[in-house]
Amino acid sequence: MNTTTTADSHEHHDHKPKGIMRWVLTTNHKDIGSLYLMFSFLMFIIGGAMAMVIRAELYQPGLQIVEPNFFNQMTTVHGLIMVFGAVMPAFTGLANWLIPMMIGAPDMALPRMNNWSFWILPMAFTILLSSLFMEGGGPNFGWTFYAPLSTTYAPDSTALFVFAIHIMGISSILGAINVVVTIINMRAPGMTYMKMPLFVWTWLITAFLLIAVMPVLAATVTMVLTDKYFGTSFFAAAGGGDPVLFQHIFWFFGHPEVYIMILPSFGIISAIVPTFSRKKLFGYSSMVYATSSIALLSFLVWAHHMFTTGMPVAAELFFMYCTMLISVPTGVKVFNWVATMWRGSLTFETPMLFAIAFIVLFTIGGFSGLMLAITPADFQYHDTYFVVAHFHYVLVTGAIFSIMAAAYYWLPKWTGYMYDEKLGKLHFWTSVISVNVLFFPMHFLGLAGMPRRVPDYALQFADFNQLVSIGGFAFGLSQLIFLVVVIKCARGGDKAPAKPWEGAEGLEWDMPSPAPYHSHTTPPRVK
Amino acid sequence: MTEKTSLAQKNKRLIVRLFSIIGVMFCFGFALVPLYDVFCEVTGLNGRNVVRSEAPSTLIDTSRTVRIEFTTSVSPGMPWHFKPVTKAIDVHPGENKVVKFSAFNPTKHKIIGQAIPSVSPGLASLYLNKTECFCFNQQPLNAGENVEMGLVFFISPDLPEHIKTMTLSYTLFNVSDSVSPPEIAALF
Amino acid sequence: MRKIIMISAATSTVVLSGSAKSNSESSPINLTQGVTDISQSVYDLHMIILTICAIIGVVVFGAMFYAIVNHRKSKGAQAAQFHESTKVEIIWTVIPFFILIGMAIPATTTLIEMEDDSASDITIKITGSQWKWHYEYFDHDFGFFSLLTTPQDQIQNKSEKGENYLLEVDRPLVIPVNKKIRFLITADDVIHSWWVPAFAVKQDANPGFINGAWTKVNEPGIYRGQCAELCGKDHGFMPIVVKVLSEADYDVWLADQLKDVEKAKQDEQQALASTLTMAESMTLGEQVYVARCAMCHQVGGEGIAGAFPKIKGSPIALGDIAAHIDVVVNGKPGTAMQAFANQLTAKELAAVITYERNAWGNDTGDVVQVSDVKPEAK
Repeated sequence: MNTTTTADSHEHHDHKPKGIMRWVLTTNHKDIGSLYLMFSFLMFIIGGAMAMVIRAELYQPGLQIVEPNFFNQMTTVHGLIMVFGAVMPAFTGLANWLIPMMIGAPDMALPRMNNWSFWILPMAFTILLSSLFMEGGGPNFGWTFYAPLSTTYAPDSTALFVFAIHIMGISSILGAINVVVTIINMRAPGMTYMKMPLFVWTWLITAFLLIAVMPVLAATVTMVLTDKYFGTSFFAAAGGGDPVLFQHIFWFFGHPEVYIMILPSFGIISAIVPTFSRKKLFGYSSMVYATSSIALLSFLVWAHHMFTTGMPVAAELFFMYCTMLISVPTGVKVFNWVATMWRGSLTFETPMLFAIAFIVLFTIGGFSGLMLAITPADFQYHDTYFVVAHFHYVLVTGAIFSIMAAAYYWLPKWTGYMYDEKLGKLHFWTSVISVNVLFFPMHFLGLAGMPRRVPDYALQFADFNQLVSIGGFAFGLSQLIFLVVVIKCARGGDKAPAKPWEGAEGLEWDMPSPAPYHSHTTPPRVK
Repeated sequence: MTEKTSLAQKNKRLIVRLFSIIGVMFCFGFALVPLYDVFCEVTGLNGRNVVRSEAPSTLIDTSRTVRIEFTTSVSPGMPWHFKPVTKAIDVHPGENKVVKFSAFNPTKHKIIGQAIPSVSPGLASLYLNKTECFCFNQQPLNAGENVEMGLVFFISPDLPEHIKTMTLSYTLFNVSDSVSPPEIAALF
Repeated sequence: MRKIIMISAATSTVVLSGSAKSNSESSPINLTQGVTDISQSVYDLHMIILTICAIIGVVVFGAMFYAIVNHRKSKGAQAAQFHESTKVEIIWTVIPFFILIGMAIPATTTLIEMEDDSASDITIKITGSQWKWHYEYFDHDFGFFSLLTTPQDQIQNKSEKGENYLLEVDRPLVIPVNKKIRFLITADDVIHSWWVPAFAVKQDANPGFINGAWTKVNEPGIYRGQCAELCGKDHGFMPIVVKVLSEADYDVWLADQLKDVEKAKQDEQQALASTLTMAESMTLGEQVYVARCAMCHQVGGEGIAGAFPKIKGSPIALGDIAAHIDVVVNGKPGTAMQAFANQLTAKELAAVITYERNAWGNDTGDVVQVSDVKPEAK
């Protein structure tokens, strides 16, 4: 794709305040992108610390370190933080940094709302985290907060939990609106929909999913609030309600939510693999259609989280078939990435290493997902460590690895410096080995009969749990390498050219590194 | 200048549309509550559907019998003794039957109870027609009072062949807290 | 290439099926084949899907690793130009679709088999509550609670853990072999889930509703499972143990149980007539308290602030006796405090209330008699 740009490196419009106020008041998509990314890494560390507490307790049978009620708080808040504080904000940060650059827009459509969308997040998480210190403790009912455990039997902090979720939801919804309006209305002339980079496509579709389902989460969490504090009976049999209703409404949000957490990954991998294969992405239109089908199908499968609730056979069959069907477009995407690599000219810098690991390990997560879709078999897997293995494969070696791949890939563009490739590779290898030691044995634990969300376990599960915990500690420590890489890169290193990666394509690589504070001040013409 | 305004206008239109989708989806979240009830009524999902019948049945299918089992649960915080008088009966589809449940309030206070029915298999709830049931109303009992509550029902003759046994469960809840004093006075 | 696929698929299948060992032993890596026809079908289905996934994985990753080795720039590979092919897209959409249909057929058959709970011989009502199970034999109108018996000492690492650590109960569910057993599953408070891997039975226990499940066990033995839905702090401490006896042994067991029920009724009559002393009450009361109350109110009576009220120095334990009895016997609606009327004998109730009123420095000097409790209890 060729472009003509006028030189836009003059910065006489650039009166950004110095110090903290720059960051508090910024409406610049690059600044806000950086804020989201830094915030998400902080949350990743905090959520990770909770995972370390969990793995420390599970290192050996018996209760050594924490009480069961606190353990339940750790698993709950670990989940909430990773989903709403690490993965989603990281993707939003990438969207903010990259979408305007990729489509030839000067900024996001609604820059001030963009600032708000970010800043309410630290507020929300302060509320959530502080609830852990309340009398009675923080939320302890799992990130899925099923009623009536989350209503009648929940601690007093539940009101704060609800409030925090509402704020996170608002942040995501406003962010999604910004993304949709930016992509639809602000593409440079000549940038038709079918010329947009796949990362922009996947974010457009993700944003629509967010707009559709985050409000349903808001409704769910409001009903939990009123059931607990205002005497309604949505989920209580006594008043004519039904606890299973909670699950239907929650998972109607919950399932699209997990696709929200993976679709941007698909976009990232679709940018990185072609670059390091020096070959165009195979099957661009197919990839767009596959992503759209996954998004549409994601609305039809929610009850596969509920196979043991006592649904009639016809319903179970419907959800089983629809869930199995999602593997078709997902498989198509994997095949397209492999076809991109096939007969390319491959090099293996750190972003490519993470991308390749994504393809293999996310696919493994997809296989365990397909197994879970099979209803009769799911009766043995449901609520065991087999499920924990599945979703950690797709979320950690899936979403998180893609975020790291993206960071390595675009850091030169963001900072103007090359990151330390040796340290990057060290981070990759320690991570990929430890993450598999951490999560692969969980498949075996689940098949052998270990339930999830338990602080202690029978003796036959001891050996694998110890191995898993060791993998966990190693994986946690490895992430400190990443912190060093990022900080080191931001401070300096080899100067990065406009296009540090030989095979890279896209408008962002036509501008200098670091990208100017205001880029595309005049829109490029896209041929 | 014109270009900027028209972009602002385009943005505004799109934003309004997007916010209305958000509004619709938020309401949809709540709408799922009555939608679920309707769905349960139509499909028998979850077996909590209560088919109220105005009149007793007139058509009896003597070619087969169905076994109806009765079981009760008392929720914690509800101190009544609550048991079915008959544990199980065999009926012909279409045959009107009366069964009784006994309830006893052993405490020293007035308590109001509400029985919530549940049927297994869930599908069978579509064919269980209740002409009269104590679960239709709240049940008040004075301290130390004993009562036999009745259920008048029939199984629809069009009950699928493969359902030969069904279980009707009642869970009794203490709803005294949710009834206002004037309502309590009216009940006792 | 084909050789690699065959070898990998064969190896993984052998490794996993080899580790399934015999029917009832739990395997460290793979799903159990279990002891029922259904559990065997589920296991077979699991192996089919797993094998298909393994083969697909080997093929796809094989292609990718081949490219990684042979299409690298450092080896001098030049990038080809192709980047689309409608034909290929159609092929790799349609083939997986047919593979899925192949999987869906045995899955559908097995599911329909599992749902047919007609013509059962015995019906058992299972009620989950925080944090124990209750089993009621429908035809005989008798039932009992089933609680974890692993001592706190073992959990707190003060003594060595027993073989069935966390998987042992005081009264297992007992059923006969070769009979179709129907389960009616419900819960008293939050959602629990009754799961026995050897039977491949897992159904949620929803408060206020019943769910049906069934099993027909082919082999006598002892089978252990756990609660499979987060239900509060002791979710990991409410196991399920099912003892499957031969039909003759089951009949003997059942007759014994019914005799015991009669005897318990007589004991209760006797207890009504007798008087409890402080010493007796404190001993029995402490036993009951540690086994049934301490999980929430703590051994020292101090409760957990914000979650479970303290009893040491509490207005209820120091105040009106009738009100105290009411809370223990009838529970407190809207909270996690259960009614213990049906969970403890009248003598145990009297003893534990006496204990609460005199332990930890409460020292009211009250001794609650069985007749004080009885009018409220059964």
